[in-house]
Amino acid sequence: MVRLLNRSVGRLSRHRRGPLAGLVLLLLGLALSGGLYAAVSPSSAETAQDQAAMAAKGRQLFLVSCAFCHGQNGEGLTSRDGKLIGPSLAGVGAASVDFQVGTGRMPMVQPGVQVQKKKNIFSQTEIDELAAYVASLAPGPAIPSKADYSTDGMTDAEKQEAIVRGGQIFLTNCTACHNFTGEGGAMPRGGYAPKLLDTNPKYIYEAMLTGPQSMDSFSNGNISPEEKKDVIAYIESMRKQPGYGGFGLGNLGPVSEGLFAWIVGLGVLVGFAVWIAAHTTRTSKSKLTKKGTAQ
Amino acid sequence: MSDSHHEIEAHTDALLPDPGLPEHHWRPTDVDPAAERRAERQVATLFGLSILCTVLFVVFYVTLRTGIQGQKFLGLGASNVALGLTLGGAFLFIGVGVIQWARKLMADVELVEERHPASSSEEDRSATLAALQAGLEESGIGRRPLIRNTLLMSMGVLVAPAVVMLRDLGPLPGDKLKHTVWAKNMRVVRDVVGTPIRPSDLEIGDLVNAEPEIIFGTDKGQNLPAGEVLEGADLQVAKAKAATVLLRMDPDDIVSQVTRNWSVDGIVAYSKICTHVGCPISLNERTTHHLLCPCHQSTFDLADSGKVLFGPAGRHLPQLPLGVDDEGYLVALSDYPEPVGPSFWERDTKSPAEVADEWSKETGK
Repeated sequence: MVRLLNRSVGRLSRHRRGPLAGLVLLLLGLALSGGLYAAVSPSSAETAQDQAAMAAKGRQLFLVSCAFCHGQNGEGLTSRDGKLIGPSLAGVGAASVDFQVGTGRMPMVQPGVQVQKKKNIFSQTEIDELAAYVASLAPGPAIPSKADYSTDGMTDAEKQEAIVRGGQIFLTNCTACHNFTGEGGAMPRGGYAPKLLDTNPKYIYEAMLTGPQSMDSFSNGNISPEEKKDVIAYIESMRKQPGYGGFGLGNLGPVSEGLFAWIVGLGVLVGFAVWIAAHTTRTSKSKLTKKGTAQ
Repeated sequence: MSDSHHEIEAHTDALLPDPGLPEHHWRPTDVDPAAERRAERQVATLFGLSILCTVLFVVFYVTLRTGIQGQKFLGLGASNVALGLTLGGAFLFIGVGVIQWARKLMADVELVEERHPASSSEEDRSATLAALQAGLEESGIGRRPLIRNTLLMSMGVLVAPAVVMLRDLGPLPGDKLKHTVWAKNMRVVRDVVGTPIRPSDLEIGDLVNAEPEIIFGTDKGQNLPAGEVLEGADLQVAKAKAATVLLRMDPDDIVSQVTRNWSVDGIVAYSKICTHVGCPISLNERTTHHLLCPCHQSTFDLADSGKVLFGPAGRHLPQLPLGVDDEGYLVALSDYPEPVGPSFWERDTKSPAEVADEWSKETGK
């Protein structure tokens, strides 16, 4: 091995270096690249320790806030008659925890068709700790970084392209439930697909990745990370778009718009008709002719 | 009852003379010159406001931007709000002005219109009947059966042009309603991007809106020769009929044997076209595998051969038999084994098991 290296590396510099120079050069190169790697990338040993510490803290939070439904070890619970109380969290990943807890959906107030959004009571550090614990149960999607979901770095032309592509993907995959402008819509048994226009891009990304509640998931093998970013660009463009159709009235279609047209629109017309047909003011004075006699 | 009512009326008519019109009360504008001038100014002001609105309309039309960078007003497009309000105002003020003019200034007199019976007089009616009878006799239609019969026949034959023109609604669809562009070993690709799918790409719970590869002009990833690429209206028709939802579920969730046979590792594919009136459906609930149609709430169970669970749909959702090709991509094993979309006259209704039996006989699988 050493001879082989000597032959190949040494041949170039035979005139100036000794026979071991090749080996020294190789070792130097290895040490340098190893050192650089260690300096640039986060030390795996340290991160593992950090992760373990975070997961341990997360477990404490989990036992207090989540274990009642999801079980002491996140294994999920069913009632005696076989009804699901809380699903198993093995493999749901950190992204799922960040979405569910970050948007205030979990911990859930009460079971039901729709998991209500509410004010989040955890700090981001606590959410990260919870996520680290749940991620330690089984491998699953990680929390996306800002580079994954943010459209801030794009030039105008890039953004325009992303909006067009994202629009097509959104209209094909998301519109069925979330409406073509992301306004949300009704689902079976009293549930609904939420409005997306006020949602943080990170949570949109995580929702696609993990499929919260009854939503289908759109994993990276289904819709690529680039395409997910395009979808976010489209939703952001919908948010910025002025309402050219007038007040949306919830953008729910004929129900709210019809109600408005029948009550307000027709009401105004009836008011006009009443005014047109009403008697004008009358006086008891009589009209004077040119000669000054009463007519 | 009605006779006695008439009697009473006859009596009262005789007893009470026509009271005539009540005394006319004038409007303030008729008797007070100051009020008249005030009303005149009001009407002129309303017409003036209309002019102002029209001018503002033109100004806003020129100055306000539309599109994604347009100005906003209360979150609405400022241009639309301004144009709508000013043009609406221009018309409204003319209308209100005219009504105000009529109410305050135009002639103020009571008009009396007498009512008459709606029917014609007895003489007019008998004269008309006599004229018609005379015409009938003069034509001699009763005495000349040849003329009468040829006239009736000529009118009967006039149905033919209508029948002939109905041909233009054709040609008959033939077997087009029974087939889509899906074919044996055609790859299943993602809609919009047109990329083929490996089973390992999908996780349990993933849903893909898919199309056959031919829609994107390729076959096994190779571009098709120009003649075979679908274009224009043909492409749109083919795409609409072949639309497919692909989803991966836990294989243990699958209920029916047919669905299991036509799945790959829990990946199942169904037509995206509702069997009720043909709306595209992809409102799927990941947890229950129920696919809901947004038009009339038909609900299909994708774990159980697309069985109808709820709603007006009469037939289960057709399932596409899936397989994997040599390169590991998902392919269709055949076209849809039954017609997709809404029912039609010649369509049989078969259970999923019957459809699967026939499919096995045809394909030998």
